[in-house]
Formats: sequence, C-alpha cells, structure tokens
Amino acid sequence: MASWREALRKTRRTVRRGLGTLFGGGRPSEEAVEELEENLLAADLPARLAMELVETAEASGGDGLREGIERRLIEELGPAAPVSWAEAPRPMTVLLVGANGSGKTTTAAKLARRAAGNGRKPLLCAADTFRAAGTEQLALWAERVGCDVVRGQRGSDAAAVAYDAQQAALARGADTLLVDTAGRMHTREPLMRELGKISRALEKGREHAPEETWIVLDASIGQNAVAQAKFFHQAVPLTGAILTKLDGSAKGGAVFAVRRELGIPLLYAGLGEGEEDLAPFDPESFVRSIFEEDDEGV
Amino acid sequence: MLESLSSSLQNVFRSLRGYGKLNEKNVKDALREVRMALLEADVHFRVAKDFTKQVRDRCLGQDVLESVTPGQQIVKRVHEEMTELFGGAHTDFNLEDRPAGVMLLGLHGSGKTTTAGKLAHYWMSSGKSVVLAACDIRRPAAVEQLSTLAKQEGAACVAPREGDTVPDVAARARREASEQQADIVIYDTGGRFQIDEDLVHELEEIREAVQPADTVLVLDAAIGQESVEVARRFHEAVGLTGLILTKLDGDARGGAALSVHSMTGCPILMTGTGERPEDLEPFYPERMASRILGMGDVVSLVEKA
Ligand SMILES: Nc1nc2c(ncn2[C@@H]2O[C@H](COP(=O)(O)OP(=O)(O)OP(=O)(O)O)[C@@H](O)[C@H]2O)c(=O)[nH]1
Ligand SMILES: Nc1nc2c(ncn2[C@@H]2O[C@H](COP(=O)(O)OP(=O)(O)OP(=O)(O)O)[C@@H](O)[C@H]2O)c(=O)[nH]1
Ligand SMILES: [Mg+2]
Ligand SMILES: [Mg+2]
Repeated sequence: MASWREALRKTRRTVRRGLGTLFGGGRPSEEAVEELEENLLAADLPARLAMELVETAEASGGDGLREGIERRLIEELGPAAPVSWAEAPRPMTVLLVGANGSGKTTTAAKLARRAAGNGRKPLLCAADTFRAAGTEQLALWAERVGCDVVRGQRGSDAAAVAYDAQQAALARGADTLLVDTAGRMHTREPLMRELGKISRALEKGREHAPEETWIVLDASIGQNAVAQAKFFHQAVPLTGAILTKLDGSAKGGAVFAVRRELGIPLLYAGLGEGEEDLAPFDPESFVRSIFEEDDEGV
Repeated sequence: MLESLSSSLQNVFRSLRGYGKLNEKNVKDALREVRMALLEADVHFRVAKDFTKQVRDRCLGQDVLESVTPGQQIVKRVHEEMTELFGGAHTDFNLEDRPAGVMLLGLHGSGKTTTAGKLAHYWMSSGKSVVLAACDIRRPAAVEQLSTLAKQEGAACVAPREGDTVPDVAARARREASEQQADIVIYDTGGRFQIDEDLVHELEEIREAVQPADTVLVLDAAIGQESVEVARRFHEAVGLTGLILTKLDGDARGGAALSVHSMTGCPILMTGTGERPEDLEPFYPERMASRILGMGDVVSLVEKA
C-alpha cells in the first residue's frame, strides 16, 4: 500500500518550496511571505485561512513559525477519528454518498475489504441504478474482494434496492452493509431528495439504520468541497468524510474547510486504485507530511 | 454555475458605486476583493494575480478615471479581460479526416466515458455516423459502461477482445470505422494521473496507432488549484488540441474554466452540464464572461452610480 508520505510527496513539494527561507529564523522577507501565500493557496487551502496564516507569518519572525503553522493546521483538522470496526454496532449500515466520480464505488469495495479483515461479515449494495454499468462495476469489485453483493436493475428505484439489501443482510447474517449510491451534484434537488428516501428506506428496514453516512470527496476538488458537503449534510446528516485520490493530487487543502464548516470527522484517505489503498486518516501525518523535509532534499 | 464568483464580483462592482469618482486607492481596494473572489472560486493563484494586475493597469488610464461612468468602464475592462482568459473566440473540433479521430483523456472520474456518449449523441443528431472505441481495459465495467451508452445512442462500439492491448482496440476501431465509412471515431481511455508514466505511454501508443486529429482533455470543473497543473502536464506529455469541462451544472465556482486556457493555450471546446446525453454545449468565451459578470445587471447597477 502506498504510504502517506509517498502519496503526499507532491503536496509537500508544492507547499514547502517557499518555506525554507521562512522557517530558517529571522524576519521573513516580503518575497518569502508572498511565496508562502502562493504555496498555501496552491495546496487548495481556503483563501481566508491561507491569508490568516500569512499574516501570522508576517507578524512573527521565522522562529518557531513552522511549528506554529503546523499546530494551527492540525488543530483545524481536529483529533484523529479512526473507525473501530471491532466496536462498531452489529449490524451496521453505512451509506456512501458523494458527487459524480468522487470514488464511492471503489471506496465501497475497499471498505468491504477492511471490514472483512476486521472480522466482520460485509455485504455490498449496488444502489447506483442510474449510471450505465454502475451496478456491474460494484459487482466486479465485490467478486474481487470476495464479498456478496445485492444489486438493482438499471433504472429501478434505488431506495427499494437499498431496502432489499438490508433485508438480505438480516437474512444472511451480514453485520456490515455498505450501500453504494449514484453520484450526484449537490445542486440537483430531486437527486438530493432521493438520498433522503434511500436513508429512510434503510431505516424502515431496521431501526437506527443507517448507523453511518459517509461522504466521499475527491481530494482534487477545490473550494467547492464545502458547498458540496453542506448540501449533502442537509439531505442526509453526515457522520464522516473520506478523502479519495490523495495519491495523485498535489492538494488536499480543501479538507480544512470541510472540517471547519461541518465538524464531521475525516475517517479515511484513498491512496490509489487498488483494493488496499485506503488508510485511516491521520491529521498529524497529513499536516506533517505537508511540511516534512524531503529525503531527496526537494 | 459559477454563481458564487458571479455574486462576489457583482458585490464588488456594487461597492464601486459608493465611490463617486475613482482614484488609484479605491480601484486597488476593489481589485483586492476581486482577487479574493477569484481565489475562492478556485481560479489559479497566478491567473488571479495577473488578471487583477491587467485590469488595474487598464483601469488607471485617464480615459477611465475621467469618464463620467467610471464603474461601467471597469466592468467593461473586466469583461474584456475575462473573455480573453476564456480563449477569445470559439474553437471547434477538427473533423476533416474521414474518419475523424477524437481521443478523450483525463483524470479518474472526470467524465470521459459519459462525454464520449454525449459527443456521439451530439454528432449523430446532426446526421454524422460515430464509432465508439472502448480503450479502458482496467477499470471494472468501463467497457460495459461505454457499450451501454453506445447502444442507447445507436452508435457502433468496438470493445476489446481477449488478449487485446489498448492500441489494438483503438486500431481495430479505426479500421472498422473506415470500412463502415463512419464520420467520427471517439476513443474513450482509462482514467489516469498525469504523473504515471506507464499510462501516459499508453496514450502515446494509442495516438501513434490511430493518429486522432483531436486529443482532448476532459476536466472536472470542480477541480481546485491543480487544474492548471493537470492540463499543463497532459499537454506536455501528449499534446492536447482542446479541453472539455464537465460538471459545470453542479459547480458553483469553476475557476478551472478561468485558468486552464491562459496557462496552456488550449481552447475549451465544450462544456458538460449534466448527466444526460444531451447535456453538452459548445463553449463561447464571450457569452461565458457575460454570464459570470451578469452583464445586464451589473451595467445597470453601475449606471445608477
Ligand atoms: N488514484 C486513485 N484513484 C481512485 C481512488 N478512488 C477512486 N479512484 C478512481 O476514480 C475513478 C472513479 O471512481 P468510482 O469509484 O467509479 O467513483 P464513483 O464515485 O463511484 O463514480 P460515480 O458512481 O460515477 O459517481 C475510478 O477510475 C477509480 O479507479 C483513489 O484513492 N486513488
Ligand atoms: N452532473 C454531471 N455529471 C457528470 C457530467 N459528466 C459526467 N458526469 C458524471 O460523472 C461521473 C463519472 O463519469 P464517467 O464518465 O464515468 O467518468 P470517467 O472519466 O470515464 O471515469 P473513469 O473512467 O473511472 O476515470 C458519472 O457519475 C457521470 O454521470 C456532467 O457534465 N455533469
Ligand atoms: Mg459509482
Ligand atoms: Mg471511463
């Protein structure tokens, strides 16, 4: 599995470029400050937060600056919130939601694998009945990770498929139901309402379900991440977020805004296309790896 | 789409109304806000900086400062500058060859396969015949996805056979298109990160095998500061002839649209505005700039000043 360090190497390069001068101690030059600002912006940090950090940098000297900025960013992300598969309720239903192409289907498969690896019995539900081959994609993944799947017909009612899957989970003694839904734009009201319907169908099948509703966010999206997450949160109260594609993106800074505005924990990071490429989100490593000195001296 | 940028900019222009006569300082203040609005809309930081500088230089000319409607002059300058950023004039695909080749490439989940279906729909409704080539043999069900879309549109679809490499599929699609005297072949490729050399190499192989006249990057409009870097790297690696921006329907910001042309020189050909086959529109720079600036509204606002 790709490591945090490796996956985020690009991010670290982008941000760190200007910091050598700044972190060296002494009063930062105007150019160094400007470079810091550009680099923070380039990492998709929210503009206001970036400006705030820059002002701090200008006001203070170089001494302890790096630690200060790191501390500040770690604080922004809140404490690590690992999913405890062992202690999570049984049965448990996890509803996965998110924008088009963010990585829901792939993440559903990765989560099934993790759940199974932690002694649970997962069942996948392919409730993306909208996109061409949406359910086939999850079915192929299910085969790959060795997990059962309940799938709907293209064009059928997603809520009904979710309901059936929940019944199937109860009947088969599966303790972890992972529901993959169709991607949708947060601005499309009817589609957002459909999510509420899916969630209620799950609850109708079993009280308290879904226990978890996780939003899957693509790390390469910019400031739109917040608007996206907010609308999803209104449609179905979110209990966590997963950040995908951190392996290829130079950024990831949008999580700061999501975390600040919604207060939901960041659970996992997607670090590749393979079934194992999912790591618990670790705020400290995330921030540290942004500022860490590179072995190659970059 | 782009509403948030649009409304921030309109706020700035509205505030200019309060200034009466413009001077260097209030222009500067207004432009600082413009820069923040652009950054919050994910416009690349370098583009945001250059853009505000250009506008400032244009605005500090005597003709603007001494104009009786200085606010309106500024809006006009911003509009001109923004049209330039979007590429100036509309650019179309190069469909002279028969069959003409259009290769689609881009990051994971950007909308390539859906766009391939949309392009088939677009061209077929103007009477052209289209062949779709399924050149993604890695992602689960990628081929099924494209062939479902092809069936829906009544387009031919060439899928990989046992043992086929990606260039094999592409070459066969081209051959079959020639035999059928089809007008256009669209090659749907697998999602990839620009830094992955193997995959870039695969794109080069496809291109060598079929020599498409157009090599088009499909880019999700919600992408952040990295949009420019992505476009630049793909352009360097395979030589792009244009871009298609997807998901403009849901994206309230779309700074990528404002950044990629000026940083790569590649024209934006079309925009995707939904998930259905008909949700694809040719791109017109001037119209887009007018839309963002809400030209009618802004001009009337400023006139009241
Ligand atoms: N490199 C990388 N690729 C990923 C990651 N997660 C998903 N992908 C890729 O992103 C693309 C989209 O992933 P999907 O799982 O189909 O996304 P989705 O959200 O289900 O998409 P829709 O159902 O169409 O909305 C695929 O090509 C995946 O292989 C990740 O963490 N890293
Ligand atoms: N709302 C909206 N959704 C879109 C648009 N274009 C594509 N999509 C959706 O985005 C998701 C990903 O689209 P795909 O066509 O599978 O993307 P891809 O680039 O082929 O993905 P990979 O092959 O996995 O890399 C799907 O859910 C599409 O329905 C658009 O313009 N607007
Ligand atoms: Mg999916
Ligand atoms: Mg595809």
